[in-house]
Amino acid sequence: MKAIETCDLKKYYRSVRGIDGVSFSVEEGDFFGFIGPNGAGKSTTIRTLLGLIEKDGGEARVFGLDAAREKEKILTRVGYMPSDTIFYSGMRVREVIELSAKLRKKDCKKAAEELCERLDLDKNKKVEALSFGNRKKVGIVCALQHSPDLCILDEPTSGLDPLMQREFFNILEEKNREGMTVFLSSHVLSEVGRHCRSAAIIRNGEVIACDSVRALGHTGVKKVSLSGFKGEIDLDGARDIKREGENVRFLYSAPPKELLSVLSGLEFSDVNISDPDLEEVFMHYYVKEGGAK
Amino acid sequence: MTLYLHELKRGRLSLIIWSAALSFMILICILIYPEVGSQMDEMSEMFANMGAFSEAFGMDQLGFGDFLGFFAVECGEVMGIGGAIFAALMGISALSKEEKDKTAEFLLTHPISRTGVVFSKLTALLTQILILNLAVGVITALGILIIGEEPDGKKVFLLLLSYLILQVEIACVTFGLSAAIRSKGIGIGIGLAMALYFLSILANITNELEFLKWITPFTYTEGAYIVENVSLDWKYVAVGAVLTAGGIVLAFLKYRKKDIL
Repeated sequence: MKAIETCDLKKYYRSVRGIDGVSFSVEEGDFFGFIGPNGAGKSTTIRTLLGLIEKDGGEARVFGLDAAREKEKILTRVGYMPSDTIFYSGMRVREVIELSAKLRKKDCKKAAEELCERLDLDKNKKVEALSFGNRKKVGIVCALQHSPDLCILDEPTSGLDPLMQREFFNILEEKNREGMTVFLSSHVLSEVGRHCRSAAIIRNGEVIACDSVRALGHTGVKKVSLSGFKGEIDLDGARDIKREGENVRFLYSAPPKELLSVLSGLEFSDVNISDPDLEEVFMHYYVKEGGAK
Repeated sequence: MTLYLHELKRGRLSLIIWSAALSFMILICILIYPEVGSQMDEMSEMFANMGAFSEAFGMDQLGFGDFLGFFAVECGEVMGIGGAIFAALMGISALSKEEKDKTAEFLLTHPISRTGVVFSKLTALLTQILILNLAVGVITALGILIIGEEPDGKKVFLLLLSYLILQVEIACVTFGLSAAIRSKGIGIGIGLAMALYFLSILANITNELEFLKWITPFTYTEGAYIVENVSLDWKYVAVGAVLTAGGIVLAFLKYRKKDIL
């Protein structure tokens, strides 16, 4: 069964486009990245899946359940961490975590205790006294303490220090190995490239690519690095040219034979041809679709 | 039940302050009665003959020298205006505060239906109003015992009941509006409560504006009618009940479909 499935999902805020025909699916047990810049429609898609906003068209299903009509059933199986984690002022961290568990009618004390310890979270502090990063930690505990089947994370690592980011992804990977599906919305492409097995790229409210992270790298674009190159790159199909002294790096979209033929006519001391990383893939889709800003 | 208890806990400080403030004012009003009561005998005729002013506050029909007359006017002002503002503030912010404080996302991504949220918040709101009125009722009884008055208990009960019904109506109407707005709407709440109060004064001053009596819930809290008839004016209460139901239905319908941005 698919953990998430959307088909031509649409949402407009009056006449302003939120998402316009989002279609993708996430397999159960996957570690899925949802990539796009601010305003692309990531949060709108997530909010529709969670029943926070009503869709204007299309379909959204979570574990086969309709996101609009069966949201309570869906939410029993989902943990969610919003990008901006805000809790009831005046409450202590412990009380917020307990409230979240009670709203789920579950006893999550043991799991909450363990998560707080791993994230080095002081449960006796008042939530308004917490830094942004510590509020994020409370959000992580609330999203994971009930052992959900699907965890939806919206920009989860902003505000977390590198050590905490590593511990956070360790926890996610452990839970993922135990069967939890992870849906990670982010514009930090390196973390998606490092941790996700599949990903979708969203641009201007539409999913423009959805595949395994490895397959997304096979875009027909090659990353070419030349060392000891003194000349100028003046090739059709070359872009994102970056020069540091005699080292030149660029992306090249053309058949491999043509690339080799062109390179054989250039003077350089070393060459490296590889698939681009996720960031470069992302830029490739944006430039190709004319969406780069 | 979790959300209901959470709401009561969140609102307890406000409830304590409002209950203490209104109870204190009522108690002071009752305790000063023996002192001013005798002077009131002379003044009540003057109060009853101030034309439109007397009519506006129902003083043309109530004797100030009589404890019930004094209680109905003085305590009516305290519980009428004070209680209405409390009810309006609690009602208007009940649902909207979640969006204003940005806690709606936390709450509504737990497995609780929108209908469940509205129901829990409504019952918590009504419980708070009931607690405030019980506190005022107990303090009223205590005050009457202290000054040794023996007013008709049923009349006192009906006066207090009318304020309770007024607060429930205002709370439910503002609760319905709360589902439709995204700000806390404190201005809307207080503005509505005060507007309804002044409509009742206008309706009492001139016959041309008597139709306003059907709009404002302050009509059925008029002490003169209650003391004279030992009953509420149920036709106005019935209109209020319709508005109360309208507010509740609006809240359920609007919040079920509301986008949480």
